[in-house]
Amino acid sequence: MSDISLKSVVKRHGDALILRGISLDIRDGEFMTLLGPSGCGKSTLLRIIAGLDMQDSGEVMIAGRSVDGLRPKERDVAMVFQSYALYPHLSVFDNIALPLRVRRLGGLQRMPLLGGLMPGRRAIETAIRREVEETAAALDISHLLGRKPGQLSGGQRQRAALGRALVRHPAVFLMDEPLSNLDAKLRVQMRAEISGLHRRLGSTFLFVTHDQGEAMTMSDRVAVMMGGELIQVGTPEELYHDPHDLRVAEFIGSPRINVMPVEALVPEAGNRCAVFPGAATLAFRPEAADLSPPATALLSGRIAAIENLGSDIFIEVAVTGEGAALPIIVRVKPSSDRFIIGDAVGICPDPKRIIQFAASGRRLRTQGREHVAA
Amino acid sequence: MRHGALLLTTVFALLPFVWMISLSLKPPEEIFQPAFHLLPQTLHGFDNYRIAVTAAPMHRFLLNGLFVCAAIFSLQMLVCIPCAYALAKLRFRGRDTLFSVVLLGLLIPPQALAIPHFVLLHVFGLLDTYAALILPWMISTLGIFLMRQFFRAVPDELIDAARLDGLGEFEIICRIMLPVAVPALTAFGIFSVVAHWNDLFWPLIAIRSEELSTPALGMLLFRDDEAGQFTGPLMAGAVIIVAPLILAFLFAQQRFIDSISFTASN
Amino acid sequence: MKHALPSSKGEPMALVAGRRRREQGIAWLAMAPAVALLILLLFGPILAVAVFSFTDWQIGSPSLRFLGFDNYRALFADAVFWKALANTALYVAIVVPGTVILGLVVALLIEARPALRSFYRAAHFLPVMSTMAAMAIVWSTMLHPTIGLVNRLLAEFGVSGVNWLRDERTVLPALAVIGIWQSFGFAMVLFVAGLKSIPQSLYDAAAIDGADGLLDRLRTVTMPMLGPVTMFVLILTAKRAFEVFDTVRVLTKGGPNFASDVLLHRLYTESFDFLRTGYGAALTVVYLAVVMLLTRAQARMLDRRVHYT
Repeated sequence: MSDISLKSVVKRHGDALILRGISLDIRDGEFMTLLGPSGCGKSTLLRIIAGLDMQDSGEVMIAGRSVDGLRPKERDVAMVFQSYALYPHLSVFDNIALPLRVRRLGGLQRMPLLGGLMPGRRAIETAIRREVEETAAALDISHLLGRKPGQLSGGQRQRAALGRALVRHPAVFLMDEPLSNLDAKLRVQMRAEISGLHRRLGSTFLFVTHDQGEAMTMSDRVAVMMGGELIQVGTPEELYHDPHDLRVAEFIGSPRINVMPVEALVPEAGNRCAVFPGAATLAFRPEAADLSPPATALLSGRIAAIENLGSDIFIEVAVTGEGAALPIIVRVKPSSDRFIIGDAVGICPDPKRIIQFAASGRRLRTQGREHVAA
Repeated sequence: MRHGALLLTTVFALLPFVWMISLSLKPPEEIFQPAFHLLPQTLHGFDNYRIAVTAAPMHRFLLNGLFVCAAIFSLQMLVCIPCAYALAKLRFRGRDTLFSVVLLGLLIPPQALAIPHFVLLHVFGLLDTYAALILPWMISTLGIFLMRQFFRAVPDELIDAARLDGLGEFEIICRIMLPVAVPALTAFGIFSVVAHWNDLFWPLIAIRSEELSTPALGMLLFRDDEAGQFTGPLMAGAVIIVAPLILAFLFAQQRFIDSISFTASN
Repeated sequence: MKHALPSSKGEPMALVAGRRRREQGIAWLAMAPAVALLILLLFGPILAVAVFSFTDWQIGSPSLRFLGFDNYRALFADAVFWKALANTALYVAIVVPGTVILGLVVALLIEARPALRSFYRAAHFLPVMSTMAAMAIVWSTMLHPTIGLVNRLLAEFGVSGVNWLRDERTVLPALAVIGIWQSFGFAMVLFVAGLKSIPQSLYDAAAIDGADGLLDRLRTVTMPMLGPVTMFVLILTAKRAFEVFDTVRVLTKGGPNFASDVLLHRLYTESFDFLRTGYGAALTVVYLAVVMLLTRAQARMLDRRVHYT
């Protein structure tokens, strides 16, 4: 069992509260992503789980036992860093072998020259060699074992860093934005590889990123973090279709969800779309609305921009009426309709797919009942 | 533990200074008495310093140091900056050869050039003048090297934009490169001033007159003078000689240390 | 010379060539003073020294004779020269390790915790800034056989001190200690800068890999990453150590009995005290050769082992 359990973890830095009492259960074998904008505390939380930092209060448990007070090497976790943190002076082989050598060779056996004379070292080294070569083969970097990190490309370094984590067969894999430094194409490829790795190993993966696309495509569940708090934890589908908070709705999904204050609706609209009392903001996804003649629509405005991606067309409409700050984006399927910038159009969101939020940002479900945090 | 160890090394580093100040304040009897006290029991300091200042032209030594170092640094900048700019940003035949020559020059210890410099100055009758102290140092391969490395880091687009705007090369140097290069200038300036302020070897060779002496040479002259036979005034003289740079350092610590790191990183 | 290079902006060839010529012209103008001075003050003199070394010229004498290698023969036959060479080597052999190790240890200690960092840095750096001529005199009073601090302290422990600067056996080590005193602060500053540039993520990775003890961290992360800095410090310290002059001139003038004479001091004495210019020039050539060879050799040897790309 390698589940992770966090109970009310708090972390301060000087006077500022970085983590405001985080409680989270990560199931054994799950791929959980910590998603949030920069500075929200997700990397801090990861470091606390790894044992690199200590929380100020709260409990961290791994595999059912409390790890507070245990040093990183005693927690059976492995970590892949954003900058890979490969030892530049060691070859890829030595980088991957290091965690094994540190654990299995005694102090004397690890000495540069004398170590070679120590009994038992030969056998341990042979076993280590075998394991490193297996890991390298699994990651397709066997031909790079003799090189130093400085001679590798970004993607190769990433795999070497993965290798160093894998070779220990730890209970938990921690990943701190490992794909941020890769170019777009490589990123997509590595996403698939890491997901594949997770499926093959079945270990618990805790992945930190600010990229919602990564979170959505790779995870079993996602924990959205902002300002040091967990806003919502759920599957990607839940987060997309059923956000508990306006901030979650705005963070997830590309292009972004359309958000508008209630006041921007045409007065008659209140009848056609059941607006809950206390609702301050309405939101709907670009694919949840259609364009229509202005007269019959809930919202109206003028076309400001057109993005034609081939398979979809995204129309940006600058809405007339009070309060709408950002233009509304509507997705339409390619058809014979011609759209011209400046045209007056109306927007018809599907009433069943309009998501409503109170002034506080909380989701309103039926008739004014606010979403209650689980 | 850490403080304990560091305190030991700090004491090692600061002991001579403390000793110097302590002795400079003591009367002769105290210096030679068998029992030892750090703080002087009778304050004789004023006398010691008075003797030091009257027996040797201390202020002269310090002023000479200031003048000579300032002159050297100014001339070095005048000569090195255009050359460094050309090496960094202009394209011309022989550029790489010239740079290799500069690098080679870095390896040469300046003292090896003492004889020919001396001969040269002798031929022109410039020995025992300020010119003798200043002229041999007009060119500095370290200065060219540092400035060139720094200039290289300025993006070419900045200069192209300036050229498009109609600035001449000279203006480019003055208005764009120099302001950006202030850290490098400071770093080299500190290095040059400290080196020449403390230099004993060359002034010893080039100068005979006391009025022209720079701080290091002045100290030696004072020691060999009659008043310098007495430890109290001798230490007072040492304090006077050492004080300016030390005070400047304490005043602008971070700058000094940053400049060293800058020089090293290049 | 007009090179028919294509210009990036598609200008006509004639304009490009003209621009190139202008650029060359400006470049030469910018470099002219520097190049002239390099020849006049640096490379010309080196040549002059080499030439002098083959003559018997003395400054002020109107004529000179070519002696071939006689000056060098006299040099290598001179026991004092060999003594000075040996002394210089010994001095460097003591000062370089002493400075580098002490500087490294102090840097590690300072960077280990944030408390009082600037104070410690400043205190240790003070000796580097001070005028050696003056501080050497201060050291001489500290090393004074009767009233000096060192012997007084030793007396407290019941050890009788010697006349450090007048005893043939102790004079060079004493000068070496002063040399270490003056330079370890410089090494420390360079090491501190190096330590600061080691990314924390490497230490984190080491902690997770299991190398989190003090020795492990040093061996796995700190020392390897300090490789380039260490090389630089070694070369710089060695260069400065070879140039030792001030302490010798001020304190011992090479004595007693040449026990503290070093190459540069020999150079000074022969060339400017005795005015044996030709001989002094030969000494200069040898000195130059030693310093430049050593610096090059050091740089070459360490460079290969220390750069990771």
